[in-house]
Amino acid sequence: MRSAATSMEAAGFRAILELADDGLILGHRLSEWCGHAPTLEEDLALANMGLDLLGQARALYAHAGAIEGKGRSEDDLAFLRRERDYCNCLLVARPNGDFAVTMARQLYFSAFMEPYWHEIAAHSSDETLAGIAAKAEKEMAYHLRHSGEWVIRLGDGTDESAARMQAAIDELHRYTGEMFLASPARLEAIAAGLLPDPETVRAAWDQTIAMVFSAADLTVPDVRVPQTGGREGLHGEDMGHLLAELQFMQRAYPGQTW
Amino acid sequence: MYSQGLIGADSSTTESAEFLALFQARIDREEKIEPNDPMPEGYRRTLVRQIGQHAHSEIVGMLPEGNWITRAPSLRRKIALLAKVQDEGGHGLYLYSAAETLGVSREQMTEELLNGKAKYSSIFNYPTLTWADIGAIGWLVDGAAIMNQIPLCRCSYGPYARAMIRVCKEESFHQRQGYEIMMALARGSDELKELAQDALNRWWWPSLMMFGPHDSESTHSDQSMAWKIKRFSNDELRQKFITATVPQAEFIGLTVPDPNLRWNDETKLYEHSDIDWAEFKAVVAGNGRMNRDRIRDRNKAHDAGAWVREAALAHAAKRADRNAIAREAAE
Amino acid sequence: MTTEALTPLWEVFIRPRNGLHHRHVGSLHAADSAMALQAARDVYTRRGEGNSIWVVRSADIAASDPSFAEPMFEPADDKIYRHPTFYDIPDEVGHM
Repeated sequence: MRSAATSMEAAGFRAILELADDGLILGHRLSEWCGHAPTLEEDLALANMGLDLLGQARALYAHAGAIEGKGRSEDDLAFLRRERDYCNCLLVARPNGDFAVTMARQLYFSAFMEPYWHEIAAHSSDETLAGIAAKAEKEMAYHLRHSGEWVIRLGDGTDESAARMQAAIDELHRYTGEMFLASPARLEAIAAGLLPDPETVRAAWDQTIAMVFSAADLTVPDVRVPQTGGREGLHGEDMGHLLAELQFMQRAYPGQTW
Repeated sequence: MYSQGLIGADSSTTESAEFLALFQARIDREEKIEPNDPMPEGYRRTLVRQIGQHAHSEIVGMLPEGNWITRAPSLRRKIALLAKVQDEGGHGLYLYSAAETLGVSREQMTEELLNGKAKYSSIFNYPTLTWADIGAIGWLVDGAAIMNQIPLCRCSYGPYARAMIRVCKEESFHQRQGYEIMMALARGSDELKELAQDALNRWWWPSLMMFGPHDSESTHSDQSMAWKIKRFSNDELRQKFITATVPQAEFIGLTVPDPNLRWNDETKLYEHSDIDWAEFKAVVAGNGRMNRDRIRDRNKAHDAGAWVREAALAHAAKRADRNAIAREAAE
Repeated sequence: MTTEALTPLWEVFIRPRNGLHHRHVGSLHAADSAMALQAARDVYTRRGEGNSIWVVRSADIAASDPSFAEPMFEPADDKIYRHPTFYDIPDEVGHM
């Protein structure tokens, strides 16, 4: 019995870490825009979204650390793991690219996470997690609206913006399938009632994307080979550079209080 | 975060003596001047210049601090810094809006920044080399900014004063954020303490320069004071800043890099070494370490965003057309 | 001269909470009303300043002319009979 409970805790820890890493890495990417956005208004909007995601990550790391019970803090988890131990999906680590890529990434992610957080808030056996989810769901609803409005404007704007928007979709669509896959840890968490099966939100995601793409006059590309591996720590080359910046201070000055 | 004293506004004006006297009487009665009120051209020009410089400073100021957002050492610090730099963007936005009430567009002001014509606070032409610089900027640069900005909440021009009230309210966390960073470093390992001291050494003098030239050298001060655009002289504000800041440095065990710094019990003021005005002038003239980089980065963001702004306008025009057609069809 | 097309200016009004008026808080630039509302949310409600936003194009506001302010507003100044203190009621009558 004891070993079953321990294994369940390990799976729960890992499954929550996946959600936390998604928030941290996407929040980090959005923070890279700060001071460089297409308009001043959008600079503030991107920072707001980044702050939402980083806030979610903090709450999730703290909770994961408590479940793990080894005394690891939010910062230990966020800053002091090796690249292969980060289990975010590939989509969130994709480089910002141009504004079209950033908005496409945000649309894809928030169209998934809004209903997913909703399911967690409604059904999770973990009260703390359900509480984090209830707040995150509202934040993602706004991200979805904001990125959706931009994708429509860029898709149905000028010839140049339409071409850039379609190129962004063509580049990123192959990374969306990974959001619906359940890692072994997540499968255990699903079985234990901690998290919902990602498949339960597929219909909602499909519908959102179809609606936005129809208004934006965008075409869903034919993805022959979906890209996956992030949940197992198999990332792209950009991830190492992202972590080099993220971890720089903690690695250069270990064990300090900031 | 605020610009230094106004650089190079022409406050000369050509209205009749009677008009100017009536206007001055309104100012002297502490009446606020509002956007469409009659005002001397020199007053309008001075405000456009000052508010524009102030707005540009907020926007350019995002760059040196933004340089460390992705490298902040903890999640708490990262979030605080992102929120702070975001605030600077917001403050630039409020200020551009205030200037726009005077008949100048944000696009015009932006163009002047991008082509290098407009000035902004020289403090942002220094590089942020270490994490401690983020602490030093929050503590010293925002601290100096607060000294400058609080009196501006009572500026005679209504929209500027209202923008400043909002800015001051929001900025109240900025300096605390910076000081907390410095305090953590100063109480950390020797290596961290060294980072903190090095940052103080590099940011102290540029922070004092933020208040602008000595009163005896400041050409625009008298008219700006009479019009109540400015309420205290450069030297008065600088002294206030030094008086407030020196004990804060002592409290965390850091040394202000001025061997001649001494409290004068009679004047109740700190005496300090001369400021290196040659350095100040060189940086204002465009020869600081980062002047070119800052303008290049602003141009890069502006150019890279052009297609986005065009697309938004194009889409709005299409949508307006479609709505018009739908209305006609319905009639 | 500026070569870039001008993005319209909007005035932003925020209602701090139910029961209060929407109040002018500032302005911003946006291409259309939907984006102006989002920008207003992102710029002006970051510290819980409100629960409702109005945006209106600055160009659509008709404003009174400050040079005509005296004829507009001074005539109301001496119509003191519109105020309760104009009327003498003995204290014994109590609050009225």
